[in-house]
Amino acid sequence: MPDRSRLWPLSLAAATAVTALGAGIAPLRRALHAREGGLRPSHFPGGPEDIWVGQVPGVEAVALPPALAGFACRNNRLAEMALGSDGFAEAVAAAVARHGPERIAVVLGTSTAGIEETEQAYRRRDGAGALPASFDYAGSHDLQSLPAYVRARLGLRGPALAVSTACTSGARSMLEAASLIASGLADAVVAGGVDSLCRLTLHGFASLELLSRGRPTRPCAADRDGISIGEAAGLVLLTRPDHAPPGSPLLLGAGASSDGHHMSSPHPEGLGAVSAMRAALDAAGLTPGEVDYVNLHGTGTRANDAMEDRAVHHLFGDGVPCSSTKGWTGHALGASGAVEVVIAMLCLEDGLVPGCLGVAERDPEFRSAVAIANEARPVRRVASNSFGFGGSNCCLLIGQAA
Amino acid sequence: MNCWVSGVAVLGAGLPGWAASEAVLAATAPWNAGDVVPPPPALLPPTERRRTSPAVRLALAVAAEATAGIEDRAALETVFASSNGDGAVVGGILEALHDPAGVALSPTQFHNSVHNSAAGYWHIAVGSTAPSVSLGGHDGSFAAGLLAAVMAVTARGASVLLCAYDLPLPAPLAAVRPTGPGFAAAFVLRPERDAGRLASLSLRHVAAPMPAAPPGDALDALAEGNPAARALPLLRALAARRAARIALPLAADAHLLLDLAPC
Repeated sequence: MPDRSRLWPLSLAAATAVTALGAGIAPLRRALHAREGGLRPSHFPGGPEDIWVGQVPGVEAVALPPALAGFACRNNRLAEMALGSDGFAEAVAAAVARHGPERIAVVLGTSTAGIEETEQAYRRRDGAGALPASFDYAGSHDLQSLPAYVRARLGLRGPALAVSTACTSGARSMLEAASLIASGLADAVVAGGVDSLCRLTLHGFASLELLSRGRPTRPCAADRDGISIGEAAGLVLLTRPDHAPPGSPLLLGAGASSDGHHMSSPHPEGLGAVSAMRAALDAAGLTPGEVDYVNLHGTGTRANDAMEDRAVHHLFGDGVPCSSTKGWTGHALGASGAVEVVIAMLCLEDGLVPGCLGVAERDPEFRSAVAIANEARPVRRVASNSFGFGGSNCCLLIGQAA
Repeated sequence: MNCWVSGVAVLGAGLPGWAASEAVLAATAPWNAGDVVPPPPALLPPTERRRTSPAVRLALAVAAEATAGIEDRAALETVFASSNGDGAVVGGILEALHDPAGVALSPTQFHNSVHNSAAGYWHIAVGSTAPSVSLGGHDGSFAAGLLAAVMAVTARGASVLLCAYDLPLPAPLAAVRPTGPGFAAAFVLRPERDAGRLASLSLRHVAAPMPAAPPGDALDALAEGNPAARALPLLRALAARRAARIALPLAADAHLLLDLAPC
């Protein structure tokens, strides 16, 4: 059995997030402290009525470099915004200068890639039903369009993988990234996730009656009634600690599991969630008591939040504060796990437990320590949960520099 | 990176399962193209079985064959690799989203549209709580899946089921992403020698374009049209029980180099 110390810890040498709060970490940080969410009533063209969404302002206006015009789609515009935020592209360029472009890999998660471009192309089908000649399948619809775009944009030559495990995609990318570094195939990996608003997911979650209606999502609330979908990009640059700027926060470990139970309903007792959290703790060599805050998957559906409360209580009891930050960003699906790594980094840096937004009353059945107001307290280690359709579970542990 | 191959399966045109195809793959019997008809997955309970699409059936057929008789089947980590995913389901949703009579999506179709639906059904079928990852990869999806699977073996010490599958897309997507006849292959990869081992496999990543491949026969040509059929050189070397060096395209400017040695 390989030694886990070959995999962990890794350094989060650079990070950025583009969310409904705006481009970059600064607006996200300001909003978390001010408890001002980014969800608004949806005006997404052709989407369901009476829902709120976490739409990123200004995506439509983003232009890709002319040489990469074939990659144009909402998802890659979000990626482009992220590359231009928080000095992310510059940090990758420094890694390229240090290690060489063939030693930098890309592992990115997405559930729907550029399918919003395909939706537009369907509207422009000709009389025979054919898609317009301008539609670039590989550059937009195909899952690989996301890592291929980021790899080309950053001038990288290492392996590029597209992870698509529904709503765990962004989190799960970190595990493949760690394997690439441990295997000696890369010295640094651009990891994370990007998912963009599209009619497929908006109407799809509506068909499952899982969307919050008329108001923003209220994770863990007694009166929660579903998800507000968001869009986002979350990117991190993972390296071995000796290759990162001093003081960079750490990815201490990751754990994954499958439910093997149902395609769209979680295991009611959260067995898969418990085993993913336990695997992450084992990978990091930590006990539950060494975790200071659990950032919940917390989608705001009746079933997810109830299951997750049982799972978190099973491992952490009622002594570790937990909350969902999806009241700020919405549920950004395959990007959510990556965005929540960036949120975890903010919590470490600022000593912040961001209580669930918009919750008047916690679900009285819940037994874990759900926070519904912000608390200032030392946060040294954060567990971050992601769960998805197909019974996919992933937990990441993020910590302060040793 | 080194591992052991201890299970293999195939389903494709004129390749109706591993045992029935070994001679054809080894070129000791002629290959004849035929239809690909994935069977309903017998491992799933009837309610779930009815909900499975042709893509899920294709993936589960090879996953089941590669792991038949393996006692720790439910303990295997899984890697599912597909370029097109469940194109029929996604295409059906795209049609429904543009129905002039109004949008009415099927909730089952929606949860089946996720790229990891085949993985989800597999883990339900065998009652497995082991980790699983699903990858895209366009024309490099088989190489991407193999890379992730071998890394899980070598970096994490896992025993892994790799399943690669691809079906043609429905119209109008088929015209912009032409795909040859359905193809699926599965492999069980392990960190240690076991009684069922077939071959040792070593893999490295090369940041350079694929070397030009020598011209092959009609069966080799399937690999051009279907990303999952890029597994054919590996399948054929395993069937012929011969040592082989195989290059697999990962991207336009990168490939994997495999060295296979039969046991």
